[in-house]
Amino acid sequence: MIAQAQLAIPPATMPQSDVLTQPRGAEILIQALVHEGVDAIFGYPGGAVLHIYDELWRARNRITHYLVRHEQGAVHMAEGYARASGRVGVALVTSGPGATNAVTGIANAYMDSTPIVVITGQVPIPLIGTDAFQEVDTIGITRSCVKHNYLVRDVRDLAPVVHEAFHLARTGRPGPIVIDIPKDVSAARASYSRLKNISYPCIDRRSSPDPHVVARAAAAIVQARRPVLYVGGGILNSGAAPALLAFAERLQLPVTPTLMGLDGFPSAHPLCLNMLGMHGTYAANMAVAESDLLIAIGVRFDDRVTGKLATFAPQARVIHIDIDPANVGKNRAPQISLIADARDALCALLEKIESFGQARIDESVSGRAAWWERLRAWQQEQPLRFSGAADHIKPQSVIRELHRLTKGNALLVTDVGQHQMWAAQFYPFQKSRQWITSGGLGAMGFGLPAAIGAQLVRRDEVVVAVVGDGGFQMTNQELATAMQYDLPIKVLIMNNGYLGMVRQWQEMFYERAYSEVDLTVSPDFVKLAEAYGAFGVRATRPEELSDVLAAGLAHKGVAVMDIVVSKEENVFPIIPAGGNSRDMITEG
Amino acid sequence: MRHTLSIVVADQPGELSRIVGLFSARGFNIETVSAGETPDPKWSRVTIVTRGDDRTVEQIVKQCQRLARVREVQDVTMQPHIEREMALIDVAAKPGATRQEVLSLVAVFRAKVVDISESGMIIEASGNKDKVEAFIELLRPIGIRDYTRTGCIAIGRLSRVDSSRAATEEEELSWPVDERATGDVNKPSPSHPFSTG
Repeated sequence: MIAQAQLAIPPATMPQSDVLTQPRGAEILIQALVHEGVDAIFGYPGGAVLHIYDELWRARNRITHYLVRHEQGAVHMAEGYARASGRVGVALVTSGPGATNAVTGIANAYMDSTPIVVITGQVPIPLIGTDAFQEVDTIGITRSCVKHNYLVRDVRDLAPVVHEAFHLARTGRPGPIVIDIPKDVSAARASYSRLKNISYPCIDRRSSPDPHVVARAAAAIVQARRPVLYVGGGILNSGAAPALLAFAERLQLPVTPTLMGLDGFPSAHPLCLNMLGMHGTYAANMAVAESDLLIAIGVRFDDRVTGKLATFAPQARVIHIDIDPANVGKNRAPQISLIADARDALCALLEKIESFGQARIDESVSGRAAWWERLRAWQQEQPLRFSGAADHIKPQSVIRELHRLTKGNALLVTDVGQHQMWAAQFYPFQKSRQWITSGGLGAMGFGLPAAIGAQLVRRDEVVVAVVGDGGFQMTNQELATAMQYDLPIKVLIMNNGYLGMVRQWQEMFYERAYSEVDLTVSPDFVKLAEAYGAFGVRATRPEELSDVLAAGLAHKGVAVMDIVVSKEENVFPIIPAGGNSRDMITEG
Repeated sequence: MRHTLSIVVADQPGELSRIVGLFSARGFNIETVSAGETPDPKWSRVTIVTRGDDRTVEQIVKQCQRLARVREVQDVTMQPHIEREMALIDVAAKPGATRQEVLSLVAVFRAKVVDISESGMIIEASGNKDKVEAFIELLRPIGIRDYTRTGCIAIGRLSRVDSSRAATEEEELSWPVDERATGDVNKPSPSHPFSTG
C-alpha cells in the first residue's frame, strides 16, 4: 500500500533519532486526538486495543475515557456528544465483536450525518485474513455505512490518518469515520509532530453559493404565491438557525421542519407549521401539497417525508439547497439546485432579496396574504390533539407535562417509535441542539446512551431521554455508565407494554393481528433503576403524573421515570407508507 | 442507456471496492470494470461501463465524487472519446481449412494469434465493444472453447472538433471489412506468437 502520507498529506517529519525513543503508535494516536481537541472517548477495551488503553491510562488527565457496557452504547454516546456540542464524537472499541457491535451506531451516524470518529482495534497485520481470534473485516463491514474508513498498515500513517479523519468527519456533509488499527501498528514506533495547515484536495470541494443560482432562486422566492420552507438536519449541522429565522421573517415564509430539523426553527413561532411527513401536522402536509414553490434546505426528500414521491408537492417547483450534491436530484429533481452550506446559502439569498428593495419585498409579502389565510385555516381545522382519559395516562399528556415542568428548556433525546413521534409533536423547541433523535436509521436503543453523551457536554442542562419500554431494554445497561460517571440523565419511559408503533401498524393495516409485540413481561423499571443505584419512580394514574415527573426531574442524579401510559394509543396524524396528504388519517 | 464512467482514484487497497459497492448498493449491474495506473502511479483510472437511466447514473457519479479518495469522475458517454477493449479467445481451430478461415478473420479484424497448438489457437483481438463482439460471433461457429475480455477502457479525444465523425470513420475503415487488409494472411506479423507478442 502506498503510505497515506504520500497521497494527500505531507509526510510527517522523520528526525534521525533513536527508534526506541520514539513514541508507540498508541501514544501517537492519543497525541493526535489531543491535538484534535478530544476530551472524551466512549469505549470498551479488548485484546486488540490493549496498547491504546495502556496509553489512555497514562493520558487520563488529558482525555477522559468513559467505560460503556456495550459497544453500541459507546457509538450512540459519541453521537449524542456530537449532536449536543457540534464537535466530533469519539468511540473506541476492540476488534471482532467490538467492531460488529459498533456497526449500528456507525450506520445511525451515517444516516443522520453525525460527525463521529470510531477507532477499532484490529488483529496484527500478519494475522489479517487468517480468521484469527476476534478478527473481522471491519473495513469491509463498515464500508457502506461510513463517510470513509482507514486500515492503518504503517505506524507513520497513523497521525496523518487521524487528522484527516477528523477533518473529513466534520467537513461538508458530516458523517462517521472508522479508523481500524492493527495491534502491531499501535505497538510500532515512529516520530510524531503536530501537522498543521494540511489541505485535502479530494475532500475540500465546498464552494460558496453560485451567485447566478442565488439570483434565480431569490427571484423565484419573491414571485412565489404559495411557498413553503422545508428544512432539515442541514440547518443544525451548518448552524443556520439564526439565518433561517431572519430569512423566514423577512419574507414571512411558512416553515415546516423535518424530524431531524425540528430544533432548527422555533416550534411556537407564528411562521412554523411544525413537522411534515408521515406523522406531521395536517397544516404542514396540506401546505406542501398545495405549494407552488418548495424551498428545501438541508433535507433529502426522505420517504418518511414524501410518502409517494410521484404525488409529493405535485404543484411545486423545487429549490433544493444542500451541501451534498448527491442529495440533490436523488429523489426529486429540483428546478433550481444550489450546492452550498445552508447558512451561506440563506445569507446570500437574503442579501440578494434585500437588493430588490423594500417595495418589492412588501409586494411579495402582501401577495401571499391569501396563502396565509389558507395555512391558518388548515392549522385551525386539524391541530395536533388528543383526547383525555380519566383512568389512564395519555402519552401525549406526558410530553406536554414534561414541557411545562422543564419550561421548554430540556434537551430531549429520544429512542425510536411512538414516543419519539409524540415527543416530536408535543414538545415545542426553542433553540438549536435541543433535540436529538435517531431519524434515518430508526435505531431502537439509541435514546439512553445518546442522552449520556449529550449530558456530558451539557452538564448544567436537563437532559431527558424519552424512551419506550422496548427501546429502553435494548441499551438499559448503560444506566451503569451514567451512574459511574455521575451523568444525571433523566430517563422517561413511556411504558405501554407493547412495541407500540409496530402494534399501531398491526392494528391499522394488519387487522389487529398483534404479532409478537407484547412486552408485558418486563422488569420492574423502578427496581431496575434502584438496582443500578439510580432513582426510580412510577406513575400509573393521570393524577400522579405531574408529581412523579417533578420528582424525577428534581432528583440530582440519574432518575428513571416509569410512566405507565394508555396501552393502545395511536400516533395521529398518519399518512400510510407510500401514500400522500390525501391519505392522511387524522384520528382513530 | 449505456454509460461509460472514467474515475481517477487513489491506488490503495479497498478503493476499487468502495466504488463498485456504490453500484451494488443500488442494485446496478456493472457491465465491465477495468483498472490500471495513470501517469502518476499514486492514482489509478477505473473505467466502468454500466446501464441505467441517466438520472440514476448521475446519482452514482455524484456518490463517487464524494468518496474521499476519488479525484475525478467523468461520465464520458456524451463526450468525444475512444473506447477499446481486448479479448483473448481460445478457438478450436485444428490445422487445415478451419485454421485458414480463422486466420483470414484474424487479418480482417486486425487481430493476432498469440498462441498455437495442435488443437487450436489463442487470438488477441481489440477494438470497441461491437467489433470485439462481432469477431467473437464470427468465430463462434468455428468453435470457441473459452474467452476472456478486459472490459472497456476509455480516453477523451484530443480534439473536440467534429470528433464524433472521426470515430465513425475510423470504425468504418477497420470494421467489419477492411479493404486494405488483403495481403497474405499467413504472413506472420511482427507480433506473431513466436515473437512473444
